[in-house]
Amino acid sequence: MLLIACPFCGPRDETEFRCGGESHIARPGPAETVSDERWGDYLFNRANPKGVHLERWLHGHGCGQWFNVARDTVSHRVLAVYRMGDPPPKDLTP
Amino acid sequence: MTGQRLESGGTIRRDRPIAFRFDGATFTGFEGDTLASALLASGVSVMGRSFRYHRPRGLWGAWTEEPAALVDLSVGGRYEPNARATLVPLEPELEATSVNRWPGLRFDLGAFVDVLHPLFPAGFYYKTFMKPGWATWEESVRARAGLGRVNGEAGAPTRTARTAHCDVLVIGGGPAGLAAARAAAGGEARVMLVDDRPAFGGSLPLDAATIDGHNAEAWAAAVAADLATRPMVTLLPRTTAIGYFDHDLVALAERRPDGRERLWRVRARRVVLATGAIERPLVFPDNDRPGIMAASAALGYVWRHGVLPGADIVVVTNNGGAYQAARALAAAGARIKAIVDTRATPGVVDAVAEVIPGSIVTRTQGRLGIHHVEVAPLGGGRARTLACDLVAVSGGWNPSVHLFSQSGGKLRWDEAIAAFVPDRSVQNEQSVGAARGVFDLAACLEDGHVAGLAAAAATGHAARDPGMPRAQEGAPYRIEPFWFVPGTRRRQWIDRLNDVTVADVRLAARENFASVEHLKRYTTLGMGTDQGKTSNVNGLAVLAAATGRAIPDVGTTTFRPPTTPTSFAAFTALRRCALHAPTRRLPAHHAHARLGAVFDEYGGWQRPACYPRAGEDRAAAIRREAAHPRRAVGLFDASSLGKVEVTGPDAARFLDLMIYNAIGNLAPGRVRYALMLNENGKVFDDGVVARLGPERFLLSPSSSHTAGVVAALEEWRQCEYLDMKVRVEDVTAAWGTVAVTGPRAHAVLDKLETDIVPGPHMSVAEGTVLGALGRIARVSYTGEAGFEISVPAGRADALWDHLLALGEDEGIAPFGLEALMILRMEKGYILIGIDTDGNTEPQDLGMTGPLRAKTVDFVGRRSLLRPDSRRTDRLELVGLAVEGAEPIPGGAHVLAPGGRGERSIGHVSSSAFSPSLGRPVALAMVEGGRARQTAGERVAVFSRGTRVMARIVAPAFVDPEGARLRD
Ligand SMILES: [Zn+2]
Repeated sequence: MLLIACPFCGPRDETEFRCGGESHIARPGPAETVSDERWGDYLFNRANPKGVHLERWLHGHGCGQWFNVARDTVSHRVLAVYRMGDPPPKDLTP
Repeated sequence: MTGQRLESGGTIRRDRPIAFRFDGATFTGFEGDTLASALLASGVSVMGRSFRYHRPRGLWGAWTEEPAALVDLSVGGRYEPNARATLVPLEPELEATSVNRWPGLRFDLGAFVDVLHPLFPAGFYYKTFMKPGWATWEESVRARAGLGRVNGEAGAPTRTARTAHCDVLVIGGGPAGLAAARAAAGGEARVMLVDDRPAFGGSLPLDAATIDGHNAEAWAAAVAADLATRPMVTLLPRTTAIGYFDHDLVALAERRPDGRERLWRVRARRVVLATGAIERPLVFPDNDRPGIMAASAALGYVWRHGVLPGADIVVVTNNGGAYQAARALAAAGARIKAIVDTRATPGVVDAVAEVIPGSIVTRTQGRLGIHHVEVAPLGGGRARTLACDLVAVSGGWNPSVHLFSQSGGKLRWDEAIAAFVPDRSVQNEQSVGAARGVFDLAACLEDGHVAGLAAAAATGHAARDPGMPRAQEGAPYRIEPFWFVPGTRRRQWIDRLNDVTVADVRLAARENFASVEHLKRYTTLGMGTDQGKTSNVNGLAVLAAATGRAIPDVGTTTFRPPTTPTSFAAFTALRRCALHAPTRRLPAHHAHARLGAVFDEYGGWQRPACYPRAGEDRAAAIRREAAHPRRAVGLFDASSLGKVEVTGPDAARFLDLMIYNAIGNLAPGRVRYALMLNENGKVFDDGVVARLGPERFLLSPSSSHTAGVVAALEEWRQCEYLDMKVRVEDVTAAWGTVAVTGPRAHAVLDKLETDIVPGPHMSVAEGTVLGALGRIARVSYTGEAGFEISVPAGRADALWDHLLALGEDEGIAPFGLEALMILRMEKGYILIGIDTDGNTEPQDLGMTGPLRAKTVDFVGRRSLLRPDSRRTDRLELVGLAVEGAEPIPGGAHVLAPGGRGERSIGHVSSSAFSPSLGRPVALAMVEGGRARQTAGERVAVFSRGTRVMARIVAPAFVDPEGARLRD
């Protein structure tokens, strides 16, 4: 079970959180200009890397805030935690 | 095997005898005994039957490594199936029953299977029960399978689980663990020390050595006593670490003195794994008879419990460790008949008995005990027969690497000790002592001490070195691997509970189950209650030999938590019955109870299903309640309906993006029915949106869906529309809402003390109700004129009673949720999740306007532009005018009319008998439903072998024009 440092509350057990999957996915639009393929890619295709993964988490049983986590999918180490809207930190090494 | 109690020795209290029962007979043991040691002292040799062949099983082990001595246990008001006799502390009134035998343990009819064993090879199930299919066989196989019995009663109340944090967690209270905890606890670090035995010391009570000049056991007791006085130290005896998870979270199962288990979740900054090692069996012919025991277990029974497990003992070994056990057993009064050593030159000088080098046991005799063994040189030659009643076996030691492996660490095969040891570490843990293959006592103490100091220092706490504990260095541990006896036809057992033999493993290998994970599932090797602790490495070695590979190339199976069997009750803790999930009650719950309401759970809420009157059954009550609001006026508690406030300068813009229907053009004081979609264009929820002011909206999601709607709004607000000034708040629990609905609802409202002048249908106004804050919305889920009156939750009860009194002259009557379901169905109002599914889009419900009119990219918009959304054969909502008097069951199939074959073109989603119409009504989702409705198609509806005819009609059986709503 991961120990995640919520940027608002501090370190808490994974059971307090919900993982919302890959972060930094741009929503394409306006709708009329987006091809079916592009829309399908936005809806369903995810990176699923072995290594550094940027994902968004919700501290649902806590402050109720969404934020970003950079996590190594091999070691499950949390490499960085940063707010929604912020760019990912540079130099993320697993 | 004829065990006997010794005059002295052990930590039992000979002045405190305890009577107990086993398989109906009464025995006596002492405080400090386990059930196993007490039975052994009483001369009981057979304690169980194996799983597959029902072979008699005595004790192999003395602790968690015991694979077969299982009992069903009743003690202290508790019942526990499949308890291991070696782990059960003896208590007064304890009653144990052996398992997997009939009629009795000594004579078991199930043992006929053993005679037929050539018919039951490895993979027997997979080979035999494939035709015609497993389902055919399952019932009879299941009836014969299994060990202990559950008694069908709920277990005793369990203890709440605990969460703890510490700087250094030391797992294992043997020499290395005690030294580590002692070193780590010298400073300010918070230290936890856990051990699965009742007292700390691990193997020290079995060690004749001295530490810092003290007897080893006394040293352990002194260290534990000192640690117990320190405020920064938590000692948890009788506690097993059962799992190592991410980020150094360790799960512990504590067995409280009252026998109940308590689960701990401990987050540690550093973990010291001092989990020790487990003695391995030697694999030789007939090695499963009662009376064949681990040498360390035999020693343990002598030194811990004062029980000599046999009088005439043959020791069989491939390493030097067993010689110490032989010495101790001899000192306790046993006759050591011989030490059979597989090594050609054991190199031991001071053995207590004749050493037979380069030899192995090739046969054993005795049905319910052992009386002779045959010993022969490994290279062939004359065999000797030795009389004995106990064979003490040592095949070497396996470090307990389970937790290390679960932490993600990788293992390495160590040739010097012929065992797997920890190699590369991934988390903040360190293995010490026997757990990493260090067996010498002095070395274990040093290993633990150094690791304890380092762990405390790593957490940033200055340690105070208490000085390294010292012991004399012992003889070096020497082992020569010996895995099985080649070229014999006799059975050599690897897994003593699941009855897996060398021949089984070789057969599996021949059939190409060469992967260790396949081998495990095919033969059930290591799937018994000891989870492979005694059988794993021997099985791997046989598989390696059979497939011509080295043991490290074969690898190990995954070490899964829990490391020892743990009761479901421990995991459940208090989360059961009423505490499993919170019960949500309506604020006017007691008012309903006073009226005799029948409550049911709907979407997590306890809500009145109906209000039966004297002499009325449930069905009659529902019929009456569903008819009444169409004639007079009904009262309904709608408090569980969601209430979500969306406020702020950007609230309208935000909701236009979140909701399918247009919201921005809704005038303050007006209400609109709306759908919420997900990004795939599917209907996520429906409800009404009220605009209370220019920047204030109130959403009413479905009762059971409010949390989901709030979560979706928040995710979009926080992750996509960060720049918008908008706030979302779930205020459901703050308000009580009572609906007054029916043709005479106006008359009731006219009498209500309020400054609110209700507007037309689909409007809302705020003000005061009964002298306090209130709100009245003109909305309806019944198809009749309706008023929803909301007041602060604490006043709901009073409002309900007040409205009942006000409406007396109008014939007001309460109705429950079941009647509401009929009323909404008659009107064609859908229920999300019942009339819709995960593929329903707005146009399937007949709602297409917003997609054409709106220009913003609301959630789901792009998905609705796909060709799939324009298909004409999508499932669409229709009504079914059913012929006959009986309602169609929900879920019934609608069949395509005419043509060859009968294809299902949809299903009935809601169905009921309408008391106002006097006939059944139904809603259905049907392929191209609206076109069929226009054509007035007549279709067959099929359910469970019967068919009923129905005409496809518009989904509104009552007042399709809505005149009654606007009344
Ligand atoms: Zn938080």
